[in-house]
Amino acid sequence: MDNPTVMAYKRENGRVGIRNHVVILPLDDLSNAASENVAHNIKGCKALPHAYGRLQFGEDLELFFRTLIGTGANPNVAAVVVIGIEPEWTTRIVEGIAKTGKPVTGFAIERHGDIKTVEMASWKAKEYMQWASELKREPCDLSDIWVSTKCGESDTTSGLASNPTVGNAFEKLVNMGGTCSFGETSEITGAEDTVKQRAKTPKAAEQFMYFFDRYAAMIDRNKTNDLSGSQPTKGNIAGGLTTIEEKAFGNVQKIGKTINYEGALDKAVTPTGPGLWYMDSSSAAAEAVTLWAAAGFVAHLFPTGQGNIIGNPIEPVIKLTANPRTAGDMSEHIDYDCSAILRGEMTLGESGDNLIQLLIRTCNGRLTAQEVLGHEEYVLTKLYESA
Amino acid sequence: MIQFLIHEAADSVGVATVDIKAGEGVKGLYMDSQNPVEVVALDDIPLGHKLAMKDHKIDESVIKYGFDIGRVVADIKKGGHVHTQNLKTRRW
Repeated sequence: MDNPTVMAYKRENGRVGIRNHVVILPLDDLSNAASENVAHNIKGCKALPHAYGRLQFGEDLELFFRTLIGTGANPNVAAVVVIGIEPEWTTRIVEGIAKTGKPVTGFAIERHGDIKTVEMASWKAKEYMQWASELKREPCDLSDIWVSTKCGESDTTSGLASNPTVGNAFEKLVNMGGTCSFGETSEITGAEDTVKQRAKTPKAAEQFMYFFDRYAAMIDRNKTNDLSGSQPTKGNIAGGLTTIEEKAFGNVQKIGKTINYEGALDKAVTPTGPGLWYMDSSSAAAEAVTLWAAAGFVAHLFPTGQGNIIGNPIEPVIKLTANPRTAGDMSEHIDYDCSAILRGEMTLGESGDNLIQLLIRTCNGRLTAQEVLGHEEYVLTKLYESA
Repeated sequence: MIQFLIHEAADSVGVATVDIKAGEGVKGLYMDSQNPVEVVALDDIPLGHKLAMKDHKIDESVIKYGFDIGRVVADIKKGGHVHTQNLKTRRW
């Protein structure tokens, strides 16, 4: 497949975005109210309220900063207003985002109060919103669009058709020079040796096993019963899945068969070049997509069986299902119905092409089901309790 | 119309895409080659469940997606239902 042209936004740092959001980013839980008030005053901009940002420390704090800075730095974001209770961490976020070259300004609530802060931040948001509204989409290569994937509410139709459809699309995107990512460390259990072998280099395999072993140790530390004994779940078994290996191999269908990953990344870490990348991530959908958005991914492919309805405020989520019942009774959530594969009426290759066509339309501005329905789950991953 | 799919040539099981009744002659498709295949189902195979494409003996592997998905713990005849009664993980 050649490298199709899409109409997208070229950002100051050379990255390409498919949306043009002006984001009001609270540093911490205390600044959600002011951020939402600014987004109420200035139409078209978007507040991203979240639950954290106070008294975090160590690795958890590093992940928090990486996620917030990465969110603002994402190429789907044109400009950012940061609001925090105090100036020091607010400035740290602003400086991190400013490295992309995009407009960003921070406001601290201390010594001003909410009302004055909202007034000052609203003036800046108005300026950014009007500036961003004149930015134009330009012709870009599809390979400039960074694409992530994870599945949710999987059933046997996921392993049969919707996951392999993503795998087929990923093979085509990577072969045209694109940047793609998969993760869901917990769902790989049972197929970790195979995923290890899909590394391009011994170093990449070693990086993957580091994250896999770190995950397994975390489960061992915190489990109250033997998780391994409950995989696959009773629901999985009723649906026809027999062993954990079978479940894991169904999940791994999302990376196709012919492409290997360049390296394994920690949560919310940006890839250093094109190709397929593994990123350590929870299998909880909203947390995982938030991490990919923070790593710089601009579109997400989400296969579902029983119908997961997740969305993200800045990284559009394209949902596909091969379950005809889900495509029927939850149709408002589904962007692409690939159940024709189950009837023998469509090949995986054709289905992968259809998904890429839908990705192109999404890049050009078509809103996903999740965007139209307002599913904007912005969920930060917390590694441990605050001090 | 097909009643089951097989991921690839190396697989020893297919997956029912409709509810299959015991004794039914059913048509399937290999997803890699689009080659058709037929088998007579020996058991009821619910939608999403596996049916054997060959005889399996105890301790052999069941292959799906081209990979070993577990150990056979009771002999399985071609056309039989492959599930928890005759297939176990190699993990634990």
